[in-house]
Amino acid sequence: MSLPHEARVRVTSSRRGATAARRRPLATSLVEQTGAGELYLRGLLRAQLRLSLIVLAGLAVVLGGIPVLYAVLPAARSVQVAGVPVVWPVLAVLVYPVFVGVAAWYTRAATRVERRLSAAARER
Amino acid sequence: MAANLAGGAVLLVCLVTVALSAFALRLSRRTSDFYVAGRAVSPQRNAAAIGGEYLSAASFLGVAGLIYDQGVDALWYPIGYTVGYLVLLVLVAAPLRRSGAYTLPDFAEARLESRLVRHLCSVLVVVIGWLYLVPQLQGAGFTLRLVSGAPLWVGPVVVVLVVVLSVAAGGMRSITLVQAVQYWIKLSALAIPAGVLLAVWWGSQAPGLQVTDAWVLPGSGPTGGGHSLYRTLSLVMALALGTMGLPHVVVRYYTNPDGTGARRTTVRVLVLLGLFYVVTVVYAVLGRAYLPTPGAGVRPDTVVLRLPAEVVPGLAAEVLLAALAGGAFAAFLSTSSGLALAVTGVLNQDVVRPVLARVVPGDASEVAGFRIAAVVAVLVPVAGVGSFPEVPLAAFVTLAFVIAASTFFPLLALGVWWPRLSVQGATAGLVTGALFATAAVASTVLTDRPDGWPAALLAQPAAWIVPLVGTVMVGVSLLTPTGIPRGAARTLVRLHTPEDITG
Repeated sequence: MSLPHEARVRVTSSRRGATAARRRPLATSLVEQTGAGELYLRGLLRAQLRLSLIVLAGLAVVLGGIPVLYAVLPAARSVQVAGVPVVWPVLAVLVYPVFVGVAAWYTRAATRVERRLSAAARER
Repeated sequence: MAANLAGGAVLLVCLVTVALSAFALRLSRRTSDFYVAGRAVSPQRNAAAIGGEYLSAASFLGVAGLIYDQGVDALWYPIGYTVGYLVLLVLVAAPLRRSGAYTLPDFAEARLESRLVRHLCSVLVVVIGWLYLVPQLQGAGFTLRLVSGAPLWVGPVVVVLVVVLSVAAGGMRSITLVQAVQYWIKLSALAIPAGVLLAVWWGSQAPGLQVTDAWVLPGSGPTGGGHSLYRTLSLVMALALGTMGLPHVVVRYYTNPDGTGARRTTVRVLVLLGLFYVVTVVYAVLGRAYLPTPGAGVRPDTVVLRLPAEVVPGLAAEVLLAALAGGAFAAFLSTSSGLALAVTGVLNQDVVRPVLARVVPGDASEVAGFRIAAVVAVLVPVAGVGSFPEVPLAAFVTLAFVIAASTFFPLLALGVWWPRLSVQGATAGLVTGALFATAAVASTVLTDRPDGWPAALLAQPAAWIVPLVGTVMVGVSLLTPTGIPRGAARTLVRLHTPEDITG
């Protein structure tokens, strides 16, 4: 079964791989939570959480502030514009475009934070 | 004649719903089609589907009825229903999509790696879903009675039949298409008659608004009974935080293509909801002009349906009523099928399929399990409809929001943003929230409401239960660091990293 002229082959390790350390893509280190990945993720989380808390705090102040204002300052309840108590157009109509505006702003800001991370991941 | 036209409109809406489901049945073949529409749903359609699913009887009839009845303080209800999506957007929209979870129990299990937490969430989903279904069925009952004189039980039975047919037949893909269509049906059915009624009021020697100071000026509280500032704040908190814990809402996030898509969808949802709620106010205000006294024994919830006959004569009123009745039924059907689908998914995964696997030798058909679960999901609330008192619809659904805000909100918010949440912490928080919220809801439903602080705290409990549950979850988690799931850090990475990095 043996082939003719079967010569011995010396098996050695090629040294090429040892000369240049492999570069680890950021995506891998992100998932593995090592080195640069962990730093990037902590930055991402903090940036996103800050955006969210800004929106929530603004909402709490504005939405909570309206009833508190009326309770503390009863005279404000009957403020009228063109014969209509101003509280009606504000609560029935104007709040909704404000919600949409805030949502659009947040979406753009959050996507920008993520895009910065994606760009960093591609560069490495 | 009115009965015929309006009854015909209701029938048409039911037939169209079933027909759309049957049409889509040809497209849905695999199990994944049944659940998630193959994930091939654009943000635009997804947003319309969320709007179609979310705008329930409480929104179509209840919001206008409550504002008509109570005035400016009831404007907080639609605001709360809408702002919930803003809170959902900034806290969980993209992470929820990236978690790959289909239902809330799926998310809990993926995040906490615990079957126990999963089962707790399943029970909560079913409770919230059933509690939310009851007012839909009540609304269907009195709407059908008002337009056609049918007994109260006919409406719920019609809704349940259509829902079971469409859910069991088509699953999610049909529901997505149907829900998106339902939104536009509902908006046109509400907005076009509103425009006509408003124009007639404007153009004719119209009766003036008959209102009291308590109706026009804020501060008498969303449901009366004293401590209105606390009640208002707590109500808005329950609605704003509870939205993300509604089972039929969360399911929709899975059908977004990615996290960014989930955010875009949510922005569009806010547009669609705002459009809708602005129109409901027209009915409340016109009701004050044409129907200054609600009348004895008449639910304020019916003001939308009773208005056309007061404003315009004869045939025109009948046509408008037909449009409104059709739209109202679209609301009952879409919300009910969304809820039924969510409850069905949970029942199927956690109850029916395990039981089937034991009873039926060999591989039981998954689709058969889904259909059995769908029937169970709607029969229980039908049985329960009679045992609940007649509460205004918009106030009734608030009960479901309270339970969702007391349990799922802390779980989702901490689960998405806090890596040290432990299994014990989550469990303790969920149990605490579920017990207190159910007790408060039960005491509100079952007892007469006296005035004073205890009544206010029980009627609007979100403001104290949510912080309590948050404290329990964080506190117990800090005491049990060994209970932090091993993959927690890795899961958080997946929730917050854009898809183009993680692949």
